[in-house]
Amino acid sequence: MREQILTIIEKNSRMDIKELAVILGVEEIAVVNELAAMEAEGIICGYHTMIDWEKTSIEKVTALIEVRVTPQRGQGFDHIAERIYKYPEVNSVYLISGGFDLMVTLEGKSLKEVSTFVSDKLSTLDTVLSTATHFILKKYKDHGTILTKKSEDEREKITP
Amino acid sequence: MRNPLADKVVDIKPSGIRKFFDIVSEMKDAISLGVGEPDFDTPWHIRDEGIYSLEKGRTFYTSNAGLKELKIEICNYMKRTQNIDYNHKDEVIVTVGGSEAIDIALRAMINEGDEVLIPQPSYVSYEPCAILANAVPVIIELKAENEFRLTAQELLEAITEKTKVLILPFPNNPTGAIMEKEDLEAIAKVIEEKDIFVISDEIYAELTYKGKHVSIASLPGMKERTILINGFSKSYAMTGWRLGYACGPKNILEQMIKIHQFAIMCAPTTSQYAAVEALKNGDEDVCQMREAYNQRRRYLLHTFREMGLECFEPFGAFYVFPCIKEFGMTSEEFANRFLQEEKVAVVPGTAFGDCGEGFLRISYAYSLENLKVAIGRLKNFVERLRKEKKEERG
Repeated sequence: MREQILTIIEKNSRMDIKELAVILGVEEIAVVNELAAMEAEGIICGYHTMIDWEKTSIEKVTALIEVRVTPQRGQGFDHIAERIYKYPEVNSVYLISGGFDLMVTLEGKSLKEVSTFVSDKLSTLDTVLSTATHFILKKYKDHGTILTKKSEDEREKITP
Repeated sequence: MRNPLADKVVDIKPSGIRKFFDIVSEMKDAISLGVGEPDFDTPWHIRDEGIYSLEKGRTFYTSNAGLKELKIEICNYMKRTQNIDYNHKDEVIVTVGGSEAIDIALRAMINEGDEVLIPQPSYVSYEPCAILANAVPVIIELKAENEFRLTAQELLEAITEKTKVLILPFPNNPTGAIMEKEDLEAIAKVIEEKDIFVISDEIYAELTYKGKHVSIASLPGMKERTILINGFSKSYAMTGWRLGYACGPKNILEQMIKIHQFAIMCAPTTSQYAAVEALKNGDEDVCQMREAYNQRRRYLLHTFREMGLECFEPFGAFYVFPCIKEFGMTSEEFANRFLQEEKVAVVPGTAFGDCGEGFLRISYAYSLENLKVAIGRLKNFVERLRKEKKEERG
């Protein structure tokens, strides 16, 4: 049941408990317990809303930053990752295999704000060797949802 | 000028589903619960394989019976899901949808005047195909109290000296009924005793919600007398690719291939390459779609219970078949008023045979969001009808 609940609420976290119980064919209490357990275990970390900021009048700039760092003795990458993710403007931090170490995504009001953050805060950290900043120009698909267009029912009338 | 038309064809009634769709297409903001095809797109890796085959220039005919690789995959699929051994060399034919397979199977097996048993309510093509094959269609009216399954008794009563073929349409469109192993064993006995043949239309085989589908061909003695029909439309959401297949004994398949080769040549090549990918790597997609359908099915049954609308629990396909007899109107009247007053299209049960009277086919090949809106309107409508009835009496 866990997997089914997660698959559904990953796409629609607003579906209420009663409805979840109906479509999964289980008791409401079972859904309540399962959700509570997954929250307690940290499997469910939040119920966010997906927003296409492009369609609002609010200006936002998103950047992907590749960061190369020197891992520290005894702490590996965790300590430097923590230094980075504590900044509120940082959206996500991933440890990455391949050509660089940390992938940081960042949201700012303007290009300038983001570049200031990179040059003043990120690059000046002791263990950071280099950064490469990529600005996102357009989001086509995010979290499995296509943002560019609403698809309509294209099924034609056919009999039988 | 002489009449250019064949009486046999002129006499065939146009399909009852059509009328409603014509109205719906002209009505603004009407929503339809009438469509009989998946709302999902074909999974991307399958489409990709189709595109790749075009890029590679695989634009030739395949052999008449189908691409060898596909026939092998079909046989593997039959082995792993039904434990039936078919030989890819002469016991499989790839067709243009399951519909073609129904047509050529009937044409290959029927002599003029032979009777074909058609359980109804069922898919609207069987009867016209039987007529075009010069058969005499004999309808078996399935009953709601049997959950629209075919019983041995019903079968026995319908068989005459002239009976040659039984069409077995399960999982069923429009009722959503399934036949479980015990149900099949019961009718298999009759089939063997009376020495008739079966055309088993298993196009919804992957869409069952109570255990795995069992094919009648997997029962002892049945493979020899069964044409098993399946396809890619429903299970892999591949309706537009037009691809189905039939498996069966060599002597019948040989004749079916003859009709197929002269009328059709071969099924579309691109679709066949895509279908190989579907059978090789598509199990996970089928699983996900089945789960989504099942959630919608549960939702609909729950809302029917809430509004007190009688409906047996269907365990197959993507249809529910609620009973509307309490409102004292025909299925067609109900569907018409529902469309006019609430702008929702459902198909009257009578489109699938006279014994569908008093029932509606509601398809759940729609997103949960769409279903919710439509069901909200159904609730309004049902409440209004009940109120009207009360006032009449009062």
